[in-house]
Amino acid sequence: MLDKVQPLRMLDQDPKTIPLDQIDVSQAELYEHDAQWGFFERLRKEDPIHFFDHHEYGRTWAVSRFDDIAYVEKNHEIFSSEPTITIADPPPDIPFQSFIQRDPPEHDSQRAAVQPVVAPMNLAKLEDLIRQRVGVILDGLPVGETFNWVDEVSINLTTQMLATLFDFPFEERHKLTYWSDATTGAPDVSGGDFITIEERNKALAECGEYFVRLWHERANGPPGNDLISMLAHSEKTRDMINKPMEYLGNILLLIIGGNDTTRNSLTGGVLALNQFPGEYDKLRKDVSLIPSMVSEIIRWQTPILGMTRRTKQDTELFGKQIKKGDKVVMWYISGNRDEDVIKGDPNKFIIDRESVRHHLSFGFGIHRCMGNRLAEMQIRVAWEEIMKRFSQVEVVGPEVRAPSNIIRGYRELPVQVHPL
Amino acid sequence: MTKVTFVEANGTEHDVDARNNRSLMQAAVQNGVPGIDADCGGQCLCATCHVILDEQWYSKLGTPDADEEQMLAPTPERSPTSRLSCQIQVTDELEGIKVILPEFQM
Repeated sequence: MLDKVQPLRMLDQDPKTIPLDQIDVSQAELYEHDAQWGFFERLRKEDPIHFFDHHEYGRTWAVSRFDDIAYVEKNHEIFSSEPTITIADPPPDIPFQSFIQRDPPEHDSQRAAVQPVVAPMNLAKLEDLIRQRVGVILDGLPVGETFNWVDEVSINLTTQMLATLFDFPFEERHKLTYWSDATTGAPDVSGGDFITIEERNKALAECGEYFVRLWHERANGPPGNDLISMLAHSEKTRDMINKPMEYLGNILLLIIGGNDTTRNSLTGGVLALNQFPGEYDKLRKDVSLIPSMVSEIIRWQTPILGMTRRTKQDTELFGKQIKKGDKVVMWYISGNRDEDVIKGDPNKFIIDRESVRHHLSFGFGIHRCMGNRLAEMQIRVAWEEIMKRFSQVEVVGPEVRAPSNIIRGYRELPVQVHPL
Repeated sequence: MTKVTFVEANGTEHDVDARNNRSLMQAAVQNGVPGIDADCGGQCLCATCHVILDEQWYSKLGTPDADEEQMLAPTPERSPTSRLSCQIQVTDELEGIKVILPEFQM
């Protein structure tokens, strides 16, 4: 049997001249170097439903235009989220199942059980707590000294938020971040290098034990407002503990969903304002633009690069013949730069852009991000408090990104803060 | 043009001259009515244009189809007479309709 040829390394290619059929946008290091843009411009213009037969991932179709992505999102009966939503096949070592990787009806009933944790009334209660914590973090930042915004602010804040949502022991909250990064940062899941497969399996076994223990504690106590308590007491899900792979999958989903997406948007906003200083001026003059800026940050950052669907039957997609079982990848990172849809120049960061909420970062359709308002709230409150304290959060060194074909994230952003 | 009234959760009313053959959502967005986000631009994919009708209008306009229902189901203030306003076409038939906006969109 002939082995498939390894694809060309995209980082070595000129996106303007590479033959179209050799473009492979699944390479994790592309995103580590923020070098994907030229390739997606070619695809949007010349091959919006782009086939690539990958030596590891198999038959893939890269969908790069906004409206085409929305179409795939809508037609979930054909474009399934099972068995998973990553380009990579689910690693056999981690057989967890969550509702993000399920189609209706299972998706609908499981999501319905956990959705109340982000109900608007709950979020309203959390806002004061978030504001208080942001204040403590910002007031503790060193002035006149370079530090890593990712660690000191982005990770710090989002981890605290996660611990609250789960009512997780506060002093152990770093475990949540670790388990989340272990799941998304392994080479067999996203082409990442955060952790080895062996260490990942060990980490998730610990995670599993921990959450099974927490379930039993919460199930035996009175119903609370935290996620585990909700699952343990809700009629629809109180038996989920008997399906441990489903329970742990859903827990991991919520940890991941609440983790690096918000984290990387908190970092991305700082970077964007520094790359577009005119927008930072605009913001200083009018902080009522913060809610609009939050949406623009989320569009510009696009914390989830894309989501994958697998076709349940042969189908046609805008002239291309898709076979049953093919992987159709909705590249949000490209759709969010679609000049035919985004009003104004999509490659610029514009905090008062028209139709600023019209972006793909939360996805669309039945799987649309459940935590979107919580994410927006955290970023909004963070910027409200930043603007009360600092005339500038100044980026003083190059950002360092992480390799991944799922998450668009930062490891480092060296900054200095300047008080008002 | 058809006269339509949007009522915010806090009771503020907005009278709008809605264009026929556009959606009720577009009437809200184009007239700056707060409380409708329409993040997906009207494709029944985000459920952030949720409105609540009174029973009479709900019966008159018909129940949501399966796609709309699936998006409506998880909305925080889902009521028996909820609709997604991007799926309601403005026609002369809607003259004088009053729709309530929920306090929160999803």
